[in-house]
Amino acid sequence: MVENRPWVTFFSHAILILGVLAVAFPLYVTFVASTLSLKEVMQMPMPLWPGSHLVENYSQALTGGTITGSRASVSHMLFNSLVMALVIPLGKMAISIISAFAIVYFRFPGRMFFFWMIFITLMLPVEVRIIPTLQVITDLKMNNTYAGLTIPLIASATATFLFRQFFMTIPDELAEAARVDGASPMRFFWDVLLPLSKTTLAALFVIQFIYGWNQYLWPLLVATDESMYTTVIGIKRMIVGGDSTNEWNLIMATAILAMLPPALVVMLMQKWFVKGLVETEK
Amino acid sequence: MEKRVVFRSAWLPYALVAPQIAITLVFFFWPAAQAVWYSFQMQDAFGLKTQFVGLANYAALFKDGNYLASFKVTAQFSVLVAFSGIAISLLFATMADRVLRGAMAYKTLLIWPYAVAPAIAGVLWAFLFAPSIGIVTYVIKGWGINWNWILDGDQAMLLIVVASVWKQISYNFLFFLAGLQSIPKPLIEAAAIDGAGPMRRFWTIVFPLLSPTTFFLLVVNIVYAFFETFGVIDATTQGGPGQSTNILVYKVYHDGIKAGDLGGSSTQSVILMIIVIALTVVQFRYVEKKVQY
Repeated sequence: MVENRPWVTFFSHAILILGVLAVAFPLYVTFVASTLSLKEVMQMPMPLWPGSHLVENYSQALTGGTITGSRASVSHMLFNSLVMALVIPLGKMAISIISAFAIVYFRFPGRMFFFWMIFITLMLPVEVRIIPTLQVITDLKMNNTYAGLTIPLIASATATFLFRQFFMTIPDELAEAARVDGASPMRFFWDVLLPLSKTTLAALFVIQFIYGWNQYLWPLLVATDESMYTTVIGIKRMIVGGDSTNEWNLIMATAILAMLPPALVVMLMQKWFVKGLVETEK
Repeated sequence: MEKRVVFRSAWLPYALVAPQIAITLVFFFWPAAQAVWYSFQMQDAFGLKTQFVGLANYAALFKDGNYLASFKVTAQFSVLVAFSGIAISLLFATMADRVLRGAMAYKTLLIWPYAVAPAIAGVLWAFLFAPSIGIVTYVIKGWGINWNWILDGDQAMLLIVVASVWKQISYNFLFFLAGLQSIPKPLIEAAAIDGAGPMRRFWTIVFPLLSPTTFFLLVVNIVYAFFETFGVIDATTQGGPGQSTNILVYKVYHDGIKAGDLGGSSTQSVILMIIVIALTVVQFRYVEKKVQY
């Protein structure tokens, strides 16, 4: 701080506290709703103090789903979400790091062509090519499979760029020394490049875990079978009609379950998360 | 920038780029090319015959009142999301940069919503604002306002803006905080010694120096509002009531998947692609130049 102005400091804290409350309020109400009985949730106004149905609601959601909406069990949905949240970042890291390695450390015909091909994918998000991509998935018989859910989301220009940028900052002397010592390119990759990339990999993993877990449009198209629903899709399927026909206590319990894993990753790996966020975008 | 030291191999680099190129070709280029191809074709009512119609789909689209309305809705929505999201997070970040005590705690508490999927953000806010049982609805009705976003288009728009901004605040906040912390302190101190108050210092020094971050966030937020808010809308208003929250991306999905209009939906996809390309070009141009004044 530059100077001492108690009123300004007081004002800053007041704004921040208001901000935190506004951000936390929906989350708090969600949690409270997930601990109430259906009858209590439907009261107007709903109680703002946690009720006694926490265990009941969560076990009902985990094992049986809702009654009026989708009956698929949330535990299986959590598993499907986890598959997406693990396979997408790991696959993305694997294919991006090797393609960045090829583009930075080799000179070969077509190098710039491949580079631009990867670059252009930035401009083709799933949302703009929904129907034809779904057509490809159907032709390849990948509907309702884990491969269909994950593989199309693995290619990513941003991850490749991130590794390319990072490799550019590695001193040339390292590659030179490796070559003088007669190390093969792959040996250099495994023994030098990969260990140096650890922080970048960790940061990327955190960001992509959240990306994979929170996917919506893609599983909505590919996972039409109940057994392949992810948690986020499952919540949507539990909402079937007007306010009064939904089992909001179970929906909110599922929402908490769906938010918990990515929130834990953000909280526990905050340092990597912030680094990954600020660096993948810039 | 190029590396001075490189390896040599006739086949290895191709093997290394192969997986990424294969996925890119099958799931990016092929569908994109198909979208362009379908956009020049029209299907008969039974989906049996397709006919090459040139630009007829495009012409039909730009005569379609619903499509033009969707453009207007998208513009309105993305401007509201981008500006309110940026303004609110800039306020929080400036305050968090000022305070000495508890800065880390505030940061930790404010980055939560980043972990929430857009669709879930939509469900949470739809529940708070639910016309008959929502707790916020209860308060609003107490003020004598008739709240029902299921019937009122403006209220539906407000709902999806609030949900989308809420989800995006943490992202903007982190970037602004990083930007604020990289501003050299002597600049601020010099201005303070010359007698400039906090407001004056913010508008004449801090805000101009933050302009690269602000511009970057503006583009990111517009892209977010255009595409990633699909989940928010599908989980809440589904484009309604009427067409009042039917943004372009939602319309592509609705026309293609729900209404089965292959040609029309592909044509809209191609137009969206052109918008994304334009946004990406703008982003790279200006981020490289580092907007500053």
